[in-house]
Amino acid sequence: MTDAVNKDSIEVDAHGHVAVDVTTLDAELIEGPSVATPDVAEYALWLGDDSLVLAQQLGAWISRAPELEEDVALGNVGLDLIGHARSLLHYAGTATDRTEDDLAYWRTEPDFRSLHIVEQPNGDFAHTIARQFIVSHYLFELHSRLRASADATLAAIAAKAVKEVDYHRDHSTQWVLRLAQGTDESRRRMITALSDLWPYVEEIFRDDPLIDRLEGIAVRPSSLRPAFDAAIAPVLAEAELEIPRGFVASGGGRTGKHSEHLAFLLAEMQVLTRAHPGASW
Amino acid sequence: MTSTITPDTSAPVAISVEEQQFNDLIEADSRIEPRDWMPEGYRKSLVRQISQHAHSEIIGMQPESNWITRAPSLKRKAILMAKVQDEAGHGLYLYSAAQTLGATRDDMTDALIAGKARYSSIFNYPTPSWADMGSIGWLVDGAAICNQVPLCRASYGPYGRAMVRICKEESFHQRQGFEILLELMQGTEEQRQMAQDSVNRWYWPALMMFGPPDDDSPNSAQSMAWKIKRHSNDELRQRFVNMLVPQAAVLGVTLPDPDLHFNEETQQWDLGEIDWTEFHEVLAGRGPNNAQRLQRRRDAHDEGAWVREAAAAYAHKQSARTEEMAAK
Amino acid sequence: MTTPGDSAAEIWPLWEVFVRSNRGLSHVHVGSLHAPDETLAVRNARDLYTRRSEGVSVWVVPAAAITTSDPDAKGAFFESPAGKNYRHASYYSKSEGVKHL
Ligand SMILES: [Fe+2]
Ligand SMILES: [Fe+2]
Repeated sequence: MTDAVNKDSIEVDAHGHVAVDVTTLDAELIEGPSVATPDVAEYALWLGDDSLVLAQQLGAWISRAPELEEDVALGNVGLDLIGHARSLLHYAGTATDRTEDDLAYWRTEPDFRSLHIVEQPNGDFAHTIARQFIVSHYLFELHSRLRASADATLAAIAAKAVKEVDYHRDHSTQWVLRLAQGTDESRRRMITALSDLWPYVEEIFRDDPLIDRLEGIAVRPSSLRPAFDAAIAPVLAEAELEIPRGFVASGGGRTGKHSEHLAFLLAEMQVLTRAHPGASW
Repeated sequence: MTSTITPDTSAPVAISVEEQQFNDLIEADSRIEPRDWMPEGYRKSLVRQISQHAHSEIIGMQPESNWITRAPSLKRKAILMAKVQDEAGHGLYLYSAAQTLGATRDDMTDALIAGKARYSSIFNYPTPSWADMGSIGWLVDGAAICNQVPLCRASYGPYGRAMVRICKEESFHQRQGFEILLELMQGTEEQRQMAQDSVNRWYWPALMMFGPPDDDSPNSAQSMAWKIKRHSNDELRQRFVNMLVPQAAVLGVTLPDPDLHFNEETQQWDLGEIDWTEFHEVLAGRGPNNAQRLQRRRDAHDEGAWVREAAAAYAHKQSARTEEMAAK
Repeated sequence: MTTPGDSAAEIWPLWEVFVRSNRGLSHVHVGSLHAPDETLAVRNARDLYTRRSEGVSVWVVPAAAITTSDPDAKGAFFESPAGKNYRHASYYSKSEGVKHL
């Protein structure tokens, strides 16, 4: 893919006369010069699947958000995440000569590497916000560190992603504060949502043997936990929310053991593509 | 274009200074701004038109958002999400424009979900196939652009400005739809059929988007006199069909009108009879998806109520706290 | 007189949005939106009005906080500048042809 492509866009002057001019567009995917090794590809799948599954969930909100402004806001977050997913899956695919779509649409559940937390259903707005709050804070710490990866492609993807997830982190923080301290009902819902999602936090920071083989390239998940805890603590304090205590979900997403939700999500996402093998869209 | 229809002949002979000013502004092709004096009829017809337009953008998100989760490639998923998101923005810009005339978004939304407000009936048709994302972009957004570009010059300033922004954003909507259909038409036999079937279903409803024929369009003459509207329904419809025919040839789809033919004399494409009974049926709420579209809007609104209330309550508490701090 | 649009009856107030499209340019009014408070208003403005890199800076102002000139006094309000041509460079014709003036 070229660095910049030309596309026409419409200019309308104050009196509504429409003219077409040319703008320069940024690259759609972030690509590096190299082909991913099998281990790097596996790692890119981890991260790519997380973004993809979360984006898929947010896509379902559009036209159903609590207010129109929020339709647009959630859409922006979802679009950022699709962008990250595409770059990561594209890179993962270079190892086995597969495209981003081969990976998104033609793998089955056991081959997905997503974390359980991103697979948790949208629920009400509080659940979506709690999920966003946890995942965006994790992704921010992850991409902040991944920018220094010895793998140039991963570093480049992270450099763009970190700025975007920084905004996602802020968006969810604002809503956590408002829901937790708005009305009695919203507070009750926020507390429920946080305790429903919290069991899936532990898995995010679990180290897998793969990480040992990617020293200097991947970010060790467990190493992100202190920064994550430090970042969310003041928000929870201001919101007067306590970290829920309870069970820890078993997880297993990185090795292909998924929650029950993922199969439904994939069935919906892949249904059309799989009905037309070999077709292009 | 210039249309000279004598404005409102029922007006009294002696008119006020403000009304003279209003007429002069319209005559000079200038713009009316929110705080200007305006005839009640002008205000009302603008509120009606702008809010209907806003509702159409909002309801119009649904037939397409149905496919966001099933889009057949990640690129198409991103495009579709961005497109549907744009339509939410369009609704917002338009509600804001109507708001400058004294209508509130809350009231307009209430009217919509109570089933009392109109929106473009095209969005009451279902989207059973992916190709419908192509047809909606190519035909529905295409028709909308034809309607909307002249509205950028509407005499009411905030409406015209909202339309300028919308037209800029719309520029990619029609193209992405065309591209979807083109990909399908260059694909497998099944994909080609999917595309043709979809064009067959959307073609006539898209032509109906321009509204009833000129001799059956009660509000048109006044709207044109006030320069809210600049071209007649039939004129815009004709212009649209003239553009479609060569585009359909590029796609390789046929337009489902056996009577469509080129008129050497007028150098235009003459079209067959439009079935207006269907149009009126759909308009009357008996379209295939009317109830479903409204229900979904109502659900989103109702289920979002606690969120809107929470944020409002939080804002009140915060400003009370700020005042308290200032008092100390 | 405030700008039109805001209504106390609405659960979220109306905000006017101004965007600076590039450094060196003024903020220009682009439209409005609803938000519960200024923190979300400026974020909504970013999401709604700068999705295509339209801006480098955003202002939001509660619509109710804007005071406008009274349109009924339009004549009186904006009459004064007319006839004061000496405020414009083109009024001074005698220097025509003199360089760098
Ligand atoms: Fe639109
Ligand atoms: Fe559109």
